[in-house]
Amino acid sequence: MTERADKTIELRVLRYNPEADEKPHHQSFTVPYTSDMSVLQGLQWIKDTVDGSLTYRWSCRMAICGSCGMMINAEPKLACHTLLRDLAPGPVTVEPLNHFPIERDLVVTVDDFVKKIESVTPWLIPKHPKPVSEGPYNQTPAQLAAYENFSACINCMLCYAACPQYGENPKFIGPAAMAILQRYDGDSRDGGSALRIDAVHGEDGVWGCTAVGACSDVCPKAVDPMHAVNQNKMNTALDYFLRFLKKRDAK
Amino acid sequence: MPHAPEKRSNAPVFWLLFGAGGTLSALFGVGLILVTGFLAPQGIGISADALSYENALAFTQNGLGKAVIWAVISLFFWHAAERFYLTLKDMHVFSDTGRRLLTYGVAAVVTVATAGLLLAIGFNQTM
Repeated sequence: MTERADKTIELRVLRYNPEADEKPHHQSFTVPYTSDMSVLQGLQWIKDTVDGSLTYRWSCRMAICGSCGMMINAEPKLACHTLLRDLAPGPVTVEPLNHFPIERDLVVTVDDFVKKIESVTPWLIPKHPKPVSEGPYNQTPAQLAAYENFSACINCMLCYAACPQYGENPKFIGPAAMAILQRYDGDSRDGGSALRIDAVHGEDGVWGCTAVGACSDVCPKAVDPMHAVNQNKMNTALDYFLRFLKKRDAK
Repeated sequence: MPHAPEKRSNAPVFWLLFGAGGTLSALFGVGLILVTGFLAPQGIGISADALSYENALAFTQNGLGKAVIWAVISLFFWHAAERFYLTLKDMHVFSDTGRRLLTYGVAAVVTVATAGLLLAIGFNQTM
C-alpha cells in the first residue's frame, strides 16, 4: 500500500546563480510529502516538478557518501538523513554549508577542505618494508579500537560547518582532518607520526581548537573529532618537550 | 603532499599548565572550599583550631606544605588564565600581546609572588 502525499511542507531554499544573481536569496517551495521522505527527496521533488535549475550534491541517499551536507534549519545535516516529518509543520530553511564559499544554490566549494585532508598524510606509512612472504599484519581488538571510530569519517564536512573556530579562521586545520590524521596515526601498522605532528603543531593546527565540541555533536557517523584533537594536543605537547631526545631521520 | 611544516606553537606550555590546574581544581577545589570555608571555621567534623594561626604557619613553614600551597594557588591561576585568554581571543578583545599579558602575565606574576612569599615565611627548623 502506498502512502499518499497529502501533507505539504514549505522549504525555504537558498538560491544563488553567480552568473545572474548579485547575492544569494531565499525561494519558497511547497512540497507534498509522505512520512518516509527525506529533505533530499523534497529537493528532488522540486527539481523534477517545479524548477530543474535547483542545484545540490547527492549520491547514495543512505548517509554513507557524504555528498548532501547542508544547513537545515541552521544546523549542519545530511539531507538524506533528515526526515521531513520531523521538521513539520515547517517552514524549513535549507541553505548551503556554513563557512564555505557558495558555488551555486546548495553547492559549496570544497577545495580548502580537500587540501586540509591531504596535508595530514592520510594513508598508512609502514614502519618497515614488509614483503608479502612475511604474511599479513595482525591486529588485536584493542589495536583496532584505537582508530576504528575515526575510520568512520565520510568527509561530509558537517563538522567544518559547525566549527566556530574554522568560521573565525579558515586556516585552522579543522575537525575532520584531525579525525582522519588520528585514524592513521593511531594505527599499529603506521609509522608516520613524526610527519603528521609536524603538519599540525602550529597555531593553525591542533592549537586552533578551543574544545567547543560542536564537531562531535553534528557528526552523522558518531565520529569524535574533538577527541582526536585532544589526543593530538597531548602528542604535540609531548613532542614539544621531548623532541630534543628523539632521533629523527635526516631529511 | 604534506604542506611545509607550520611554525611550532608554544601553546603546549600554557596548555599543560592549564591541564594541570584543571585536574587539581577538579580533584581538590571543591573539597578545599568546603574544608577551609565552612567545615574548619564552623568546627564541623574538624577541630575549630585546625586553621589557627599557629597551625597555618607551621603548615607554610614545612617544605611539603609550601609545595602544596604554591601548586594550588599558581596552577589554579594558570588554569583560569588559559580560559580567559581563549575567551578574550574569541571575543576579539585587545591585541594578542595584550591578551597574553593580561592572562598569562597575571598568572606568572602570581606564581613568582607566591613562591617569594612562601620563601619569605621561612622554614621551621624544629620540624
